[in-house]
Amino acid sequence: MISYIFAGMITLSFVYAAFSGNMSALSQSVIDGAKEAVELLITLCGIMCMWSGFMEIANKGGLTKVFSKILSPVIKRLFPDVDEQSDAFSYITMNISANLLGLGNAATPLGLSAMRELKGNKRLDTATDSMVTFVVLNTASIQLLPTTVASLRASYGSKSPFDVIFCVWISSIVSVSVGLILAKTLKGRKKWST
Amino acid sequence: MEYIIPAFLVFTVVFGLVKRINVFDAFTDGAKQGLFTLYSIAPTMIGLIVCVNMLKASGLTDFIVTLVKPVTDFFHFPSEILPMAVLRPVSGSGATALLTGIYKDYGADSFLGRCASVLAGSSETTFYAITMYFGSIGIKKIRHTLISALAADFTAVIMSVVTVSIFFT
Repeated sequence: MISYIFAGMITLSFVYAAFSGNMSALSQSVIDGAKEAVELLITLCGIMCMWSGFMEIANKGGLTKVFSKILSPVIKRLFPDVDEQSDAFSYITMNISANLLGLGNAATPLGLSAMRELKGNKRLDTATDSMVTFVVLNTASIQLLPTTVASLRASYGSKSPFDVIFCVWISSIVSVSVGLILAKTLKGRKKWST
Repeated sequence: MEYIIPAFLVFTVVFGLVKRINVFDAFTDGAKQGLFTLYSIAPTMIGLIVCVNMLKASGLTDFIVTLVKPVTDFFHFPSEILPMAVLRPVSGSGATALLTGIYKDYGADSFLGRCASVLAGSSETTFYAITMYFGSIGIKKIRHTLISALAADFTAVIMSVVTVSIFFT
């Protein structure tokens, strides 16, 4: 997928530049773009390491477990088919907690384990209701501190990189809710719980 | 607002100390992971930022933006963030490349910069997550997952403009 986007973008800009006479600007943009990308990565480096460092303290201290406890009543409602004592349930809560803390590196393996547990050792090629809900939850962003966006804004000279945080929260909550409501309402009458 | 970051940092270190972990070791471990993440996204970012720069220099993005402007204006939607909104569910790094372009052209603290930031902060790379999670356990029929997830993405696009309009004007 990304290969087509990459190739398409390059080809299209060449074709359009040939028509609009922007060819010299186009060839300059390649050099500038590469330089800019490296400058961005270097300015981002410090602040990204800083946030990852603090998030790791939170993680090692067991903040994800604290979150999991707080979240489990909500998760019980979202996944009525999943037994609260099962491994699937604890992987789901841990995955969601890690996502809230913005620990992408920790959230993904937990999410994959949750999917594996949801499937169990059944032979299955169709997603169950719980799988749909879980994946929809993972395709939406539920991060408490949007650290990557804030780091990017800071490296482009923002005076207050976190001033959009309330907007991010509201936008996240509304969009996640829309996703979850559709996941629940579009499931149809046939039950896919096994 | 200015309390958020320092308060979070203090909370984290105190929490770590109370839980009797070696906070500085944990910090350096995490920072190392951050460095590794950056190292692994660097090639992608360089490739895509060059791509986005080429698209802009050719004049094609401006052309598309003026083309869709009558439609987006009708809905009071800023056409400048439309390319990013379209790319967001498909490619996270591609959307980030467009995001930095918006910061550069209009400023990180501008209306457009803020809308794009909220959009980036409140959505995820939908197609990647769906492929990875279902692919890992061999599920082929994903039923209504895609439509629900894309509806959530679409909502995030609208909400980013709505919330920034409410909070910053």
